[in-house]
Amino acid sequence: MKWMLGFAMLMACVVRAGDAPPMAEDPQVEARLVVIAEELRCLVCQNESLASSHAELAEDLRREVRKLIREDKSDAEIKTYLVDRYGDFVLYRPQVKPLTWPLWFGPFLMLLLAVWGLWRYLRLRKNALLAQAEPQHEPIVDTRAKD
Amino acid sequence: MNKKFLIPLGLFAALVVFLAVGLTRDPREIPSPLVGKPAPDFSLPVLAGDKPFSPADMNGKVWLFNVWATWCVACREEHPLLVEFSKNSKVPVVGLSYKEIQPQDMANGPMKDAEKLQLARERSLRFLQRQGNPYSLSVLDLDGRVGIDYGVYGVPETYLIDKQGVIRYKRVGPLTPQILQDTLLPLIQKWEAS
Repeated sequence: MKWMLGFAMLMACVVRAGDAPPMAEDPQVEARLVVIAEELRCLVCQNESLASSHAELAEDLRREVRKLIREDKSDAEIKTYLVDRYGDFVLYRPQVKPLTWPLWFGPFLMLLLAVWGLWRYLRLRKNALLAQAEPQHEPIVDTRAKD
Repeated sequence: MNKKFLIPLGLFAALVVFLAVGLTRDPREIPSPLVGKPAPDFSLPVLAGDKPFSPADMNGKVWLFNVWATWCVACREEHPLLVEFSKNSKVPVVGLSYKEIQPQDMANGPMKDAEKLQLARERSLRFLQRQGNPYSLSVLDLDGRVGIDYGVYGVPETYLIDKQGVIRYKRVGPLTPQILQDTLLPLIQKWEAS
């Protein structure tokens, strides 16, 4: 009976083989594709990268990117190709340009503002505490010395 | 009276306003970089006829380019409006049948290009016969390559292209009577006059 099981498993392999997507056609192209596509957003399922999406459009776009890689285009050229068609939105890492300055530098600006606010608050509080303490004019006596 | 307690309230109100505005915006609506640029060139077979079509054939005319497919549910929704529009307007509507042949059509094994073309033609023509035909002609983009050049990511999509062949407007998703009235018709008028 064992050989029958083995045969069935072997047949399963044969049947599956036809289904394998042409991923490993050229491992070098695939490796570059993954690196580039990780940085690109799939437009149909917006929280997935182009590398991981199963959407049909993502497959088509991967096909285009593969073609561009075979044509020896640089990463920047490939990204420009997609941005020209779909806009900055396809980039997970938006370009630094005046329009995206708030996006890139806004958080640091807010951090600076918060630090400034904290510094001001602390200074005001210190002054208030000092002002509160002052009118009483209590001499500070070191009681330990007497004991 | 000390009004300091109003500060967090004010900050909270500002946050609510930002979030409220955010809710009214559609994250699927991505501004197209193609608006203001020349419509990408192509040459594709048409649904009925032997001569391929390319956008240059429309030079000197303001026209609509509508991406559709028979498998696309939202396109059916939009279809009556397009038919109505084509009856009342002289502006030609060119269809782009986008990836009519889907993977599920090839469940019985891969199809040759000629077979795909034939099936796409049959199915699209049948659809247009039943639902009305708003298109002065429709081209077939079986592999979706032209769709990529036009930045198509959700069918239906509609482009307004001016006399010089420049894209002036793009709508992702079905046209509605409101969009037609408030946006598209005024734009058509504007570019017809220029």
